[in-house]
Amino acid sequence: MPQEFTSPILSVENVDLGYGALQVVTDVSLHVGAGELVGLVGGNGSGKSTILRAISGMITPFGGRIVFDGEAIRAAAPHQMAARGLAHVPMGRQLFPNMSVRENLLVGATLPAARAARARSLEEVRALFPELDAHMDAPAGQLSGGQQQMVAIARALMLRPKMMIMDEPSIGLAPRLVKDVMAAIRRVAHTGLPILLVEQNVKQVLAVCDRAYVLENGRLALEGSAAELQGHPLVRKAYLGL
Amino acid sequence: MLDLAIFIQNLANGLLIGGVYALIGVGLTLVFGVMRTINFAHGDFVVLGMYGAVLFDLVFGFDPYLSLLIALPVAFVVGMVVERAILAPIADAPAESSLLATLGLSLIIGNLLLLTFGGEPRSVQVPYASDTVRIGEVNLSVVLLAAGAATTAMIGALYWFLERTERGRAVRATAENRLGAELVGIDTRRVQSFVFGMGTALAVTAGVTLIPLLFATPTFTGAIFTLKAFVVTVLGGLGRVGAAIGGGLLLGVVEVLGASYFLSEYRDAYGLLAFLLVLLLRPEGLFGKTVKRV
Repeated sequence: MPQEFTSPILSVENVDLGYGALQVVTDVSLHVGAGELVGLVGGNGSGKSTILRAISGMITPFGGRIVFDGEAIRAAAPHQMAARGLAHVPMGRQLFPNMSVRENLLVGATLPAARAARARSLEEVRALFPELDAHMDAPAGQLSGGQQQMVAIARALMLRPKMMIMDEPSIGLAPRLVKDVMAAIRRVAHTGLPILLVEQNVKQVLAVCDRAYVLENGRLALEGSAAELQGHPLVRKAYLGL
Repeated sequence: MLDLAIFIQNLANGLLIGGVYALIGVGLTLVFGVMRTINFAHGDFVVLGMYGAVLFDLVFGFDPYLSLLIALPVAFVVGMVVERAILAPIADAPAESSLLATLGLSLIIGNLLLLTFGGEPRSVQVPYASDTVRIGEVNLSVVLLAAGAATTAMIGALYWFLERTERGRAVRATAENRLGAELVGIDTRRVQSFVFGMGTALAVTAGVTLIPLLFATPTFTGAIFTLKAFVVTVLGGLGRVGAAIGGGLLLGVVEVLGASYFLSEYRDAYGLLAFLLVLLLRPEGLFGKTVKRV
């Protein structure tokens, strides 16, 4: 495993997570360093989304702690985590369907700091997602699933975040569109933004990420570089169907 | 025989009164759009506006439109406080909790007015009550024209706010997708109390413009206007401002034409009849798209 010399932007330390009396995640630790694209993969109900919810401050860990940008995350409304520089691309995209793509992006830069740099952000985001250029004035809800996913990522980038977390960006997309979205994520990662990418689509994630964690039934089963995991017998058998 | 001048006059009257209904419906639909709750006290806020104008008339002899300058900001603040104190604490409770809370609020407002002003109908007599403006063959009441001007100004201001300002865009975003708005950094709880304040201010404005036209009684009038607001929003399609405006104008025209050409004592019934027809034939509302769940 590569050695981290700087402190990670995000570190999840031995967290137990759940809802009410139901514990979903047990003793999970993971971290994302500067400029890394890290995958968090696992099957349905393995606890991936629950970890993202905790990172966004929507639920409080039963035990352990989560440190983002040098500060522990306490239960907070999601908008407060956005203000701290965490961009969350949620499952199902959660766009504003009747607003134009342009307006969706502008709303992404609502917070004062982001608003000050809005024009520049918009240009940068359009350069990253040239496929959106033709649709800037169309209602976001009329775009294809793949394009909508790109709008969701672009909207999150308008925040000028310190880190981005993504919840299943490939869900419900045709295979060709999954490739487009993954390529877009790769482009975003190349800008140096640290990303934690949660996915069921293990094959696609291992193809783009630097490192990954494999979650099974709420516990970490494996972790390692993408190359190591691609060669690991458990991953090959359980997730890649080889 | 259908006299054209009279028909145009009735149509104009219907549109003018419909503008006020639109204002009431827009308030209800805005609150629904952002909070996903029907405010059963909405009509009582209209009546609060009416009694506010009555009070300022009794104490200071103010014209209703002068009272409006004071009532508008007060209503906005009252609405925000009500949201914070009553609705925000139960925001995560099952949906019927906020319905019941607003129903309770309606009872409290109605009965407080009853306690303060007594049960007899109240109105404000303005010196220009029976003045008319003559355009060609058509006579238009000054009071109705004033109401039309006030509602046009309010709705124009609302559109400007929603479409042209940052905060307005945040309101629209929250209405379209609350989680999405929250994740880009919008404090959607603050948006909710702000929108409830706006809804209250719109209802109170409608009440103030109506008081020279009709009598208010503490509990009954509130129920009528909550019903009308509901009819207006459902006629148009719930949750959309433009649709509520269309619904309001339609309700006004239906009521006035019905009252002029059929029996005038069934004025309120014509609106309800139109409402039933729309529900039967086009349940998504006249201007509504198929309802999407968010």
